[in-house]
Formats: sequence, structure tokens, C-alpha cells
Amino acid sequence: MTATQQRPIRAATTTADAPAPTPVWKGRRNVLDLDDWEPGEIVQVLDSAVAMKRVLARPIPKLAVLRGKTVVTAFYESSTRTRISFEVAAKVLGADAVNMTATASSVTKGESLLDTVRTLQAIGADVVVMRHPQSGAPWVVADRVNASIVNGGDGWHAHPTQALLDLFTLRERLGRIAGVKVTILGDVLHSRVARSNLWGLAKMGAEVTVCGPPTLLPRDWVADPGSLPWPIRVEERVEPAMDGADVVMALRLQRERQHAGLIPSVREYSRLYGLTEERLRRHAPDALVMHPGPMNEGVEIAPDVAHGARSVIEDQVTNGVAVRMALLYLLTGGTARLDGE
Amino acid sequence: MVTERTRLVGGRLVDPSQGMDELADVVVGGGRVLEIVRGSERSRRAAAANGDKIVDVSGLVVAPGFVDLHTHLREPGFEDKETIETGTRAAAAGGFTTVCAMPNTNPTIDTASDVEWIVGAARRHGRVRVLPIGTITRGEKGQELSEMADMANAGAVAFSDDGQPVKNARLMRNALAYSRVTGRPIVDHAEDADLVDGGVMHDGRVASILGLRGVPAEAEEVAVARDIALARATGGRLHLAHVSTAAAVDLVRIGKTHGVAVTAEATPHHLWMTDEWVSGTGVGMPPFNTNCRVNPPLRTDADRAALLEGLLDGTIDCIATDHAPHTSIDKDCEFDQAAPGISGLETAFGLLMRLVEVGQIEFPTLIRLLTIAPAQVFRLDAGSLRIGAPADLVVIDP
Repeated sequence: MTATQQRPIRAATTTADAPAPTPVWKGRRNVLDLDDWEPGEIVQVLDSAVAMKRVLARPIPKLAVLRGKTVVTAFYESSTRTRISFEVAAKVLGADAVNMTATASSVTKGESLLDTVRTLQAIGADVVVMRHPQSGAPWVVADRVNASIVNGGDGWHAHPTQALLDLFTLRERLGRIAGVKVTILGDVLHSRVARSNLWGLAKMGAEVTVCGPPTLLPRDWVADPGSLPWPIRVEERVEPAMDGADVVMALRLQRERQHAGLIPSVREYSRLYGLTEERLRRHAPDALVMHPGPMNEGVEIAPDVAHGARSVIEDQVTNGVAVRMALLYLLTGGTARLDGE
Repeated sequence: MVTERTRLVGGRLVDPSQGMDELADVVVGGGRVLEIVRGSERSRRAAAANGDKIVDVSGLVVAPGFVDLHTHLREPGFEDKETIETGTRAAAAGGFTTVCAMPNTNPTIDTASDVEWIVGAARRHGRVRVLPIGTITRGEKGQELSEMADMANAGAVAFSDDGQPVKNARLMRNALAYSRVTGRPIVDHAEDADLVDGGVMHDGRVASILGLRGVPAEAEEVAVARDIALARATGGRLHLAHVSTAAAVDLVRIGKTHGVAVTAEATPHHLWMTDEWVSGTGVGMPPFNTNCRVNPPLRTDADRAALLEGLLDGTIDCIATDHAPHTSIDKDCEFDQAAPGISGLETAFGLLMRLVEVGQIEFPTLIRLLTIAPAQVFRLDAGSLRIGAPADLVVIDP
């Protein structure tokens, strides 16, 4: 698969009663988004991540399968968990992990993104994990360098490794993904986590509802959800959105949204859309609670919910390392086979 | 002195300004159209006796050279993107013999001497006629009106702050009122900047999937509604650049019904491409294709259909390219950072012929929308091959 191939118009979905997809890996070189993934590839990553999680539980979690490989995390936007978990994943597998921090403004003034990534490759990067504030940035470089490009989050667009770790966590806790009712709650408009999860969840057959205030939902989603590539329900009110959910995923609300005039106040947003114990008890008493982090506790999620019995938020972080190990392993394994031929 | 005569023999002459679409030979000389002779056999025999230079255009179409009301030649100031020479070569290659140069250069075209500089540079380096457009406000800053009457005397054919809208409604009203003195239209890039708000593509389904900040259709519509209200109030002449949405077409239609002096243009890319092209879906391209980044953005298929309908019913007066070249450095980057603009002069006609091929527009209508129709909007002596007119013509192999 290459970035230059056409994107699917609709996500191929798995239904609840269909057999689970067979794991498959097609020697994929880049991980840009889940839109062009087959369900079997997702299953392959999740299955590999199960093995990786067992490695992480060892007294000395260290493998040599990526020895001699160099993984560069090129982050044009701040990040804690994504960058660190990629670095830990690379190191556990025996690779050398190097971090490059830049700001988008320095890119504007100086070296182009493509030149930067070419430079990283010339220095010896086998995998470049990119985080960038602008949607589509990884597509500028993918397939124009030999290094694998992994999207560590681009703008509002995609965060595929977050979606994979969310799918892993969900499957680990519930035993399945197909047929599970997932509600994604909050600032959907600006959320790359939401978009990648929509692709992943749709492909794996989950029943997804997204919910947020009209100003934080993409235009036309409420009016015409049928035009979207995912079979989702869209709600502007939180109560019907949460009713009967198996999983509620709260999204971060950036405080700048108030200054941009998208919400009257953070306080009112929290009252209308915050994930609280009371809302969970009334509408989704058995739901798992997820959050991609970083959390604004007391805004989109109440502290007692974030740290309560239903919360799997810390599991998500731990699972993120295992899932990224699986991805790096699969990506570089493909490269190794090519080198041997 | 005997004028050297050139006779184009055997072609199909399509000249909507004279209602002509028939086999006819065209004789030109001294830079003018001298004769139009219907019936090629007789003409050919006459030519032999005359000693005319013969150009055989059998099987080809002869039409008035195309007129572009909206061209960015980038000179002075952005010669890395385009110059008057390269831009007019592109124009000639694309069949355009008259281009109106937008003033958002560096410096901007604000004064009579700026206009004269363009006229002189075009005389030295231009391959086709270049007609300057002056700014509405000095430096396109939206604060003070430029000396439009002076510029009109120096040869400016219209006034525009293209690249950006005239944000201040009072200033726009004054500019429109003043157009009664200059007799030249005010060309607005009609967008409400607050609604554009950093958007980079049409605000719709595709933007919502790609996570790109959207430019809503209403950003154009509120600006078009405002401009029409101001043109109506002042009796000034308003021309709307690159209309792109269905509701904006409706607003122009209403304005014309009420007798407002409003004209409008549509670009080839808005008539053929849609926001789906940014996603690459269905057109075999990678997503985030910065060559599809343009202001106003590529809209939906419904908007595209409405533009075409507006062109056919006369609501939209003509086609204009909005030829806006950039360097590869400006485009080979993140979508948000890519410079907006599509180079249109060389590809406009080929793209528009697709509309003819799929039966959405008649060939003579297309020629009209590229020749006499734009010429009438700016009241130019162009776009026609009537006897005595400038011998600006294009030969097309359809």
C-alpha cells in the first residue's frame, strides 16, 4: 500500500455476528491512517501486541529484534505519551531511538518538511515517527523516502497508533470489538483521535455514536451522517448519545475553544458535556471509560470518573507501548525480508 | 505601402460576437481583420489572384483570441513565480490573446505610474495584450482609496484588491460610487475574512474527514450579498471574481433581476473540479494535493452544477482563469502552508473542453464565454473578429 493509492470511499465494516477477521500482514511500509487498512491487518497488530505486552511484563523487558535499527521521533508539536511510548517501544525491541524536536514555525522559515525527513534518513533513520500540527503532513513525505513513516498525529486529521491502542484496550477488556457500542464525546471537530478511531472502530464493526456541541462537530455531520464513510450516529445532546454505551471515550477540550467563540465558557461546556459519575450511572452504568489524554480533569471528565473503577485510561497508556512495539516490529520486519532478497 | 495579407483558409469560424459558426476564410493584415469570406473554394481561388499568404486551417476552428479578466502575472515583485514574459507566453499557448493583470504584485499597482510601468513592460516583454487592473485601496490595505481615475486614464481597465476582499463595507460603498466617475468596474474577491478564519479548503464532508480547516460557503455568500446591496445603493459597477457557491449564484441572479449593475465570472477549476479532488478519492490522486489548494476553494458538485447553470442562463457572465502560479517550493509542503492558486492559462481551454465532451456546454457557447462575453464585462475592444477588429485570433484543433 502506498500513500498514492486512492482512499476508500467507505470503510469496509465487520458485523457483530461475522467471524473475527483473520490476521494478515501485507508488508506495509508506512502507517499514515487506518483508512486503507483491512480488518485483518488491525487484528494482526492487536495479536502481535498481546505478545509484546507479555514481553513488557518480564523482569527484564528487552529484545534484540530491532538491533541496528534507528527509530527517530520527529515531533513538531508537543507530546508526552506518544513520543515517550514510541521511544520505549523502540528501545525494548533493541533499536536506537533518537528524538528530534522542532517547531512548526522553524519549518516555515527554514528547511522544508521533506528536506528534514530526507536528512533524517541520510543520518540513518529506518523509521520516522512524525507528530505535526498540520493535517496531512506525513503524506508530504511518505513514499518519497525509503524510511518508514509512522504518523504520530497530524493536525485534526489522524492518530492511527492511538486508535490501534484504543482498539487493543477495548478488545482486551470486552473480548471483542464487533457490536460494541462506543460513544465518542466532546470536541470531535478538532480531534485526530476521533477520526482515526472512527476508521478503526468502523472497520472492526463497532457501533459508534459521536457527540458534541454543534460548534465542535464537523459541519453537516448532524444533518447528513449518511454521507460519511463510517456508519455512525451523531448527537448534539449527551444523554441520548450515552444511552446504553459499552464504552464512552471522552475527548480533550482545549481551553482556547472558549476564546475562539466556539463555546460560551469551559464551565458551561463541562456542565453540558462533561463525563460525570451521574451521567454514567443514569445512561451507561456498565460502560468502560476511555480518554486519549492529556486530560482536563473537571472539564471534559470528572476526576472521580477518570480515576474510578470503570476507567481504563492508564491501561491505554501501557497498551500504547505494546501496540507501538508490535507496529515497529511488523514494519521493520518487512524491511528486513526485503533486504535479505 | 501594400499591407501584407494573410489568409486563413478552410477553417470553421466560430465568432459568437457576430453569431457566426460556419466555414469561412479570414483575411488579416496590418494587425486587423480585413475580410471574412464565406465558402472556402471561392475564397481559395480569389486568394491565388491576390497573392495573399495562405495558411491552411482545414479541419480546424478559428475563433477570436480568448480574453482573461483575471490573471496573476506576478511581476513586479514575484518574478520567481511568473513574469510578464512567461505569463503571456503561457497565455498565448493557451489561446488567450488578452489578459487583465491583477494588481497584487509587490509593489501593488496603486498609481498611474504603476499602471504605465505595466503597460511599458508588457510592450517590451509581453507576447499577448496585457491590460492592467489597479488596486481599489492603496497597497490593498483596505484603508484609503487608490487614485482610480488617474489609473483609468493611464490604461487601467478595472480595479480590484484581489487576493483579499475589501473588508470595510463603507470603503467598498465609496469605491463603487466612485466607479461611476471612472467608468470601470470594481472587482471584488468576495469573502468574509472572519468566516474564512484560516480555512484551507471547502468546509464540508471532505474537510471534515481530512481534518482540514474549512472555508464555509457562507463566507462568500455574505460578502456577495453585501457587495450587491452596495452596488444597488450606489449605482456603481460591480464585478464579482471567481464565484464558487450555489447560493452566491442565486444572489447574483436576484441582483440582476433587480437591475443592479453586477457581473460575475467563474473559473475553469470551479466548473470542473470539486473538493473531492483534495482527498484524491475518485480521481486517482494522493490526499492533501496542494495543487488543489485555491481561493476560493474547490466546492461541491452541487455548487459546480449551479455555476454551470448560472453560466448557461447568463447569471454568470463569463469564464476567467484566475491564473495564479507559484513555485514548487510554495506547493511541495504541508497543505496548510501551501500557497493558494492554480495556474490556469495553459490548461483552461483543455479543461473546459471536458464540459463540451460530456455535453454540459455547447462549443460555441464556450467560445462566447471566453471571448466576447468577458470583453463586454470590462468593455474591451477584444473578443471579436468583425472586420476592422484587432486580428487577435486562436486556431483550435478540436
